[in-house]
Amino acid sequence: MIEFNLLFVLVLIAIVVVSILTVAGGATLAERKVSAWMQDRVGPDRVGPLGTLQPLADGIKMFLKEDIVPKHVDKLFFVLGPILSCAIAMMGLTLIPVGPSTPAPAPVPLENGVVTQAAVDTFTAQMTAYQKADNYSIASGIDIGILFSFAVGSLAVYGIILGGWSSNSKYALLGSLRASAQIISYEIPLGMSIVGLILFTGSLNLEKIIDWQANNGWFILYQPLAFLLFITSVYAECNRLPFDLPEAEQELVGGYHTECSSMKFGFYMIGEYTHMISTSFLMAICFFGGWHFPGISMVDGYLGAFLKFGILMSKVGGFLLLYLLVRWTIPRFRFDQLMGLAWQVMFPLALINLVFVIIIREYDLSNWILTGISGGLFFGAAILSTREVDNKRRKVSYS
Amino acid sequence: MAAASEASVRWIAEPKIGFWERMYLPAIFEGLQTTVTHMFAPKVTEQYPEQEPTLPSNYRGVHRLNRDDEGRVKCVACYMCSTACPAHCIDIVAAPAPADWGPGREKYPEMFVIDELRCIFCGMCEEACPVDAIEMTSLYDLTGLSREQMIFDKEKLLSVFDETVRAGTDPIRTRSGNLGPAAELPMI
Repeated sequence: MIEFNLLFVLVLIAIVVVSILTVAGGATLAERKVSAWMQDRVGPDRVGPLGTLQPLADGIKMFLKEDIVPKHVDKLFFVLGPILSCAIAMMGLTLIPVGPSTPAPAPVPLENGVVTQAAVDTFTAQMTAYQKADNYSIASGIDIGILFSFAVGSLAVYGIILGGWSSNSKYALLGSLRASAQIISYEIPLGMSIVGLILFTGSLNLEKIIDWQANNGWFILYQPLAFLLFITSVYAECNRLPFDLPEAEQELVGGYHTECSSMKFGFYMIGEYTHMISTSFLMAICFFGGWHFPGISMVDGYLGAFLKFGILMSKVGGFLLLYLLVRWTIPRFRFDQLMGLAWQVMFPLALINLVFVIIIREYDLSNWILTGISGGLFFGAAILSTREVDNKRRKVSYS
Repeated sequence: MAAASEASVRWIAEPKIGFWERMYLPAIFEGLQTTVTHMFAPKVTEQYPEQEPTLPSNYRGVHRLNRDDEGRVKCVACYMCSTACPAHCIDIVAAPAPADWGPGREKYPEMFVIDELRCIFCGMCEEACPVDAIEMTSLYDLTGLSREQMIFDKEKLLSVFDETVRAGTDPIRTRSGNLGPAAELPMI
């Protein structure tokens, strides 16, 4: 049994929630500044030094703004939608290790069907070491780590559907239906790209995944295609460009938060940025080794913890920056292109990738074969999808 | 009718997609390169109000009524500016000029009122004036606490002249005689 210190966990929860709200606010500022720099502008720089208090000003504004609940909406779900969106996004952060982590010891192995005393002794030693080590996550040692994260992320659809449907407005309903279709479609490549990893580590535990990568090399080296599928699906899950259609509909018509004023809109935004942060964490942990960096991260003690924390945070920061950069680089997908990409491109690619991983694991071949196969799959998919198509349906005939 | 037979129709084919463009990722990296270089490029933002914008020399700001060399108002109340104004914001009442102004000055504006809120700052009045009496300065940040405050009468417009000349922002542009160039009698 792992020792459960209630006070420690409560303090950790408070720290994580407050820091996540702060970081989400900082993410809004970072988004505005980085978008401005990419457009040859200076972002907000009036409120604090270099605009650092801008999120505070935005938060105060949102609290003081008039909170309009129109007469024609379904009041319960109208208020529930944004709350769900924000709370669910925060729930996904509970098991992500934000610092150094040690995996739980494997169960005692049998030798010729018998449990030997030596095996039990090693297990006990590993168990005490595990219990002594600090695991920097709210809920550490969950053996279904990634699955929990994805399950919670799937609940995020409810926030969107409820918000749009309860608004009792055609545009909001259509926007929310499109958004939910997009999110549901991209959950499949999301999960399937990770299954390839799971077959290597044998466990869904995030700490064990990091441990495997610390011993065998980062997964980006062996499964770059899975990383590509993951990053694309995650951009679609967060409604970020290039899968921005539910959000862009506000500029055009109206999205699922048309009718939401001040803090409800604020909750949707906090939920979105929190989702971005948690998926950046997942990307850093699953594919880039988490806190591991060859050479630096083998230091122990407080200096080691500090270094590992710094390494993980810089990786996560890099992925967040990538989110912000891609927003202003790539044009938006049209809705049919979006759905076509999920079902006709990413799902088959994930399946074929999975088949090759199974083959490699079954016959214990070198992991580097997978890198070549990933490249070949991507190459093949690219060539296939851009070949000249004689589309008789689309040709205009002049007669 | 057969469109293909028309000789005037020019058919343009889509540009062929190259090999590296088909690979999808190099094009994205190229785009990222563009945006990242722009991140470190110099910014075009002007930090107002610490940094005043550079205005062109023919900027159309608040109007002023010019004085001549002897400090009298140059305007001869010919009504050309108020006729030219598309927004009908200039009201003039002409009166016989005082006798000591000389034989060349027959009329002068007893009342000259511009409603700055109705003005569309087109500059037609400045172009229409034959004696260069009404001009538009480079003052752009005028404010008032009421609508009545923004209706500038003659004294206010003349004071704008005094202020801008004293501050040096808009120096006197024409000095030809008591009146403007249009008042020069033709040489016969």
